[in-house]
Amino acid sequence: MGQIKLEMVHYSLYYGNFCALRDISIQIPARQVTAIIGPSGCGKSSFLRTFNRMNDLISNARVEGRVFLDGQDIWEMDVVELRRRVGMVFQKPNPFPKSIFDNVAYGPRAHGLRDRSRLEEIVEQSLRRAALWDEVKDDLNKSALTLSGGQQQRLCIARALAVEPEVILMDEPASALDPIATLRIEALIRELRENYTIVIVTHNMQQAARVSDYTAFFFTDESRTGMLIEYGETKQIFTSPRDRRTEDYITGRFG
Amino acid sequence: MKGKKSEAFWAGRVIEGILLLDALLAIVVIFLIGLLILIEAWPAFRKIGFVPFLLGKEWRPGKELYGLLPMIVGSILVTLGAVTLGVPIGVALATFLAEVAPPWVQKVVRPAIELLAGIPSVVYGLFGLAVLVPLVRQIPVPGNSGFGLLSASVVLAVMILPTVANISEDAIRSVAREYREGSLALGATHWQTIIGVVLPAARSGIVAAVILGIGRALGETMAMIMVIGNSVIIPKPLNSNPLTIFLSQARTLTGNIAVEISYATGLHENALFATGVVLFILIMLVNSMAHLAMRRRS
Repeated sequence: MGQIKLEMVHYSLYYGNFCALRDISIQIPARQVTAIIGPSGCGKSSFLRTFNRMNDLISNARVEGRVFLDGQDIWEMDVVELRRRVGMVFQKPNPFPKSIFDNVAYGPRAHGLRDRSRLEEIVEQSLRRAALWDEVKDDLNKSALTLSGGQQQRLCIARALAVEPEVILMDEPASALDPIATLRIEALIRELRENYTIVIVTHNMQQAARVSDYTAFFFTDESRTGMLIEYGETKQIFTSPRDRRTEDYITGRFG
Repeated sequence: MKGKKSEAFWAGRVIEGILLLDALLAIVVIFLIGLLILIEAWPAFRKIGFVPFLLGKEWRPGKELYGLLPMIVGSILVTLGAVTLGVPIGVALATFLAEVAPPWVQKVVRPAIELLAGIPSVVYGLFGLAVLVPLVRQIPVPGNSGFGLLSASVVLAVMILPTVANISEDAIRSVAREYREGSLALGATHWQTIIGVVLPAARSGIVAAVILGIGRALGETMAMIMVIGNSVIIPKPLNSNPLTIFLSQARTLTGNIAVEISYATGLHENALFATGVVLFILIMLVNSMAHLAMRRRS
């Protein structure tokens, strides 16, 4: 599997008395794409949002077990530093109501960078990596909200790249996009894999099969508690799943 | 029974009719008020002329001089002072309530702000008279009586605080969660998120809050009369420091009407109604600006 980037050990997540995720242990490899699949409401997003501690924003959330980034416990890290190293792209493109330039420069500025020429460099580099530069290089001062949905999502990816993260979490990044924009995002994910560890939640099994190296299948019992059922190389999961529920899900028998 | 409507049907129609009448009544009343003020004011505009009335620097009813400029400048300056003091505090308060304060603090502070809105304006005037005027009088500048723009601005700032704080808080609360999460996920701190994303995204709502506050400030009468001094002068700095303009006495448009209407007759009375027309138009302009800002928000 190579180097381990993220690791969960007996991790459980509660919202008040409700158990959203139970006893999850998983190792996520560096510089690979790991897809998280499973039916709605099985805790995929909660799982993803653990790695950058976005669940901390929910006042009654409580966790058990441990989670590591490069062997370091994420609850012992400074949350700002953690989120700089672990970026996130959301389901719905959420560019700020600012110019394209200011959107990409937002993260570096928040981390104290003021030098204009350095910012310009970072903005160009990030937009190039997100395959958006050629489309927007002449209107960097235009409002980000004038872009199409697919462009907005690539802008959000550029915005995440601008703080030079090591991990990028993607929460169904293409579910609000049309098929062509979706293919562009998928091609981008394959490229980004060279330099970043990517964890992607997706509803779309073809997408998981196309873009990922590893796949984790989540499922829920009657109590709606999410559990990790099966995890392995994508090829193995899709061709010879070991668990009956995985097989039923990927062959479309439910979900 | 065919074709016959039930009793409940007719009761419904009657209630609908009464409600419609109510709505029409509101429109008719506002229209009639405007019309009657305009009719009373018309002789003043005709005899004095629009431009001399609006830009004349002298208001001396005894000499048949009716220039409204001192009161226009007075109203604008005191409103400016109130906005300068009240808006930062109001927006800060709104940010605190919407983003920082724990629920129990909100439960104490929010009713307190609402109470502020319910205090009669004459009580604010008393407070200004008893506390602010003596305090301002301590500032050692020749000609400073304590009565004037500064005292009035402070009183007015407190009076517009509930308007600014309440509407700004709504605007801040309605900023989409996606923006906050987007900012936090980039490693921005809570404060960076508030200043970099939340407040800019709430900007048009905050602008609407400020404009409504301005409308409230322009219309305030009683508290102004009690602390502003009511001299018919165009405020000027008392010494070489331009800020001492706020130690100058002044008179507002509203105060002009309230102070003189009890003994005015003839053209003087018409001129006071004309003052009302100017105020009416000013406030209508400010309110429609607020509506425009609100519409851009949604």
